[in-house]
Amino acid sequence: MAEFKQVAANAPVGEKLLNWVDNRFPASKLYKEHMSEYYAPKNFNFWYVFGSLALLVLVIQIVTGIFLVMNYKPDANLAFASVEYIMRDVPWGWLIRYMHSTGASAFFIVVYMHMFRGMIYGSYRKPRELVWIFGCAIFLCLMAEAFMGYLLPWGQMSYWGAQVIVNLFAAVPFVGPDLALLIRGDFVVSDATLNRFFSFHVIAVPLVLLGLVAAHIIALHEVGSNNPDGVEIKAKKDARGIPLDGIPFHPYYTVHDIFAVSVFLLVFSAVIFFAPEFGGYFLEYNNFIPADPLKTPAHIAPVWYFTPYYSMLRATTTEMVHVLVGILGLGTVLTLVKGRIPGAAKVGVAIAAIVAAALLLTFEAKFWGVVVMGGAVVIMFFLPWLDRAEQKSIRYRPGWHKVMYGLFVLVFAVLGYLGVQPPSPVGERVSQVGTLFYFGFFLLMPWWSQIGTFKRAPDRVTFSAH
Amino acid sequence: MSDQQVDSGKRTWIIASSCAGVVGGGFVAAPFVSTFQPSERARAAGAAVEVDIGGLKEGEKLTVEWRGKPVWIIKRTAAQLAALPKIDAQLADPKSERKADEITPKYARNEHRSIKEQILVVVGICSHLGCSPSDRFQAGPQPSLPDDWAGGFLCPCHGSTFDMAGRVFKNKPAPDNLEVPPHMYLSETRLLIGEDKNAKA
Repeated sequence: MAEFKQVAANAPVGEKLLNWVDNRFPASKLYKEHMSEYYAPKNFNFWYVFGSLALLVLVIQIVTGIFLVMNYKPDANLAFASVEYIMRDVPWGWLIRYMHSTGASAFFIVVYMHMFRGMIYGSYRKPRELVWIFGCAIFLCLMAEAFMGYLLPWGQMSYWGAQVIVNLFAAVPFVGPDLALLIRGDFVVSDATLNRFFSFHVIAVPLVLLGLVAAHIIALHEVGSNNPDGVEIKAKKDARGIPLDGIPFHPYYTVHDIFAVSVFLLVFSAVIFFAPEFGGYFLEYNNFIPADPLKTPAHIAPVWYFTPYYSMLRATTTEMVHVLVGILGLGTVLTLVKGRIPGAAKVGVAIAAIVAAALLLTFEAKFWGVVVMGGAVVIMFFLPWLDRAEQKSIRYRPGWHKVMYGLFVLVFAVLGYLGVQPPSPVGERVSQVGTLFYFGFFLLMPWWSQIGTFKRAPDRVTFSAH
Repeated sequence: MSDQQVDSGKRTWIIASSCAGVVGGGFVAAPFVSTFQPSERARAAGAAVEVDIGGLKEGEKLTVEWRGKPVWIIKRTAAQLAALPKIDAQLADPKSERKADEITPKYARNEHRSIKEQILVVVGICSHLGCSPSDRFQAGPQPSLPDDWAGGFLCPCHGSTFDMAGRVFKNKPAPDNLEVPPHMYLSETRLLIGEDKNAKA
């Protein structure tokens, strides 16, 4: 236990009170560690505002969510009408609901930007692997949260979206149908499904999410923030042990972030007041029709933030599986011929490849579509070990790496666009190429990230006072 | 701490009690996971549905709800029936042999997949991901369908197509034909969906 601290008898009341608290709870210590004496690199650019913004959106979602639950009814017969009741009869209910529905899309925009920042500046690399992994887990939770929340208004899109996604689990060999039954709690998406999704959406997932956010921030504050130069500021410290290129998070970055918050809220409010449905992208038109288990809408598509993954799911046809088998074979041959690994390992690789090919051809393409979709998210977790580039930051990596990251964003956007569109033969081909690029980008990264001439990163961060 | 001797007896008991704790945790988790299963009420809701098809005209479709799923009853025209055998080559499972016990009861394992030649009874849920296909009974070229289309169903979700007997076309995402539910005729115009104990093949 820490020593009991004393303050002068004539000290102001506030100081005495703080001392009383500090002797019982590390209030000042926490404040110093995470705010006033948390030294962040002084060269942050605008990419660094999205972490704070994500936290803001999380708060918006929790607060608006609490108020929505006060009027929402998780019952298949009442749910749709209760949402309309919030929209029409509850004073200002429409605003709370639009904040929550727009907040969901805003969350994904902000988080996608935040993740891209991490990718281009190598923020996931040693010693920040766990910061990244906690972040990826947050992203997974967010997807679960969004998916289950989308069922609650009990509109046509809610219903059939859930029907399609839950049926994906039925594609898992052997246990699939039982697994789908366990998720739905009924033979079709029904009242039981709505109730459990409500429970997960408002209690279970948010609790996990909050825990992960805490872990993400604790891990970050343990290792310190990365920066656009990818230079470790802790390597150069002054006499007091403070990084030369570090500035206290508060007040410097709190003020910086307040500006970003203002800009964000400006855009956020504009969407809420002028385009809450955002042309059918934030709130899909078919969801204004109550769920009808007997009739599927003519065109069903997930909300925009899931469509890149949905495209990959649709791209995995029987043909695509054959292509994957071909690529697997090619990779194996290359490993056997060129790989600098012992003979026994080569035999192992060959056997593993044959087993994998057999499995690919045995189970139906539908199952592999699910694997591809899940794999597209799971592969992110391994990024810290896939990237072997000599430099962390894109600033000091070869020019063609910038092209790779540009292509990656383009492919992700194209896949997202195709996922909103009805299926078409051309779209299918394009999304197949896109899916191969997406996985190639990650799986071949150990090789391609080493190719090219790297620039030398400076010893200190690049910064000019303004 | 490090200079202390490891008390192996104590360690054994710590491991043993940890294992007992894990087993206990497993037992506690079981009832929680079990609540995810369909409730008794959901299981009991599978009661059979009786339908009067006396008013159904040729070329018309009637939809009834059975176990929360749409069941279609369609009175096919002579032209639609005549088209069925012609497209066998384009179908994935024209003889309804795949997963026959789950999808096609014995009495519907024929060209028209029904007890009475004209009346088709199928669950209107696509075998791909559970969407409900749309009616495209009109023959001839039309959007999203081949030019030699003879009438049938198109799933709006992923483009699977089915003929007028609910049989799936080849090279489509849906692996199987539409399910024929257990059903039987109580009289000439009264149909019972969900039970088939007395039905004759």
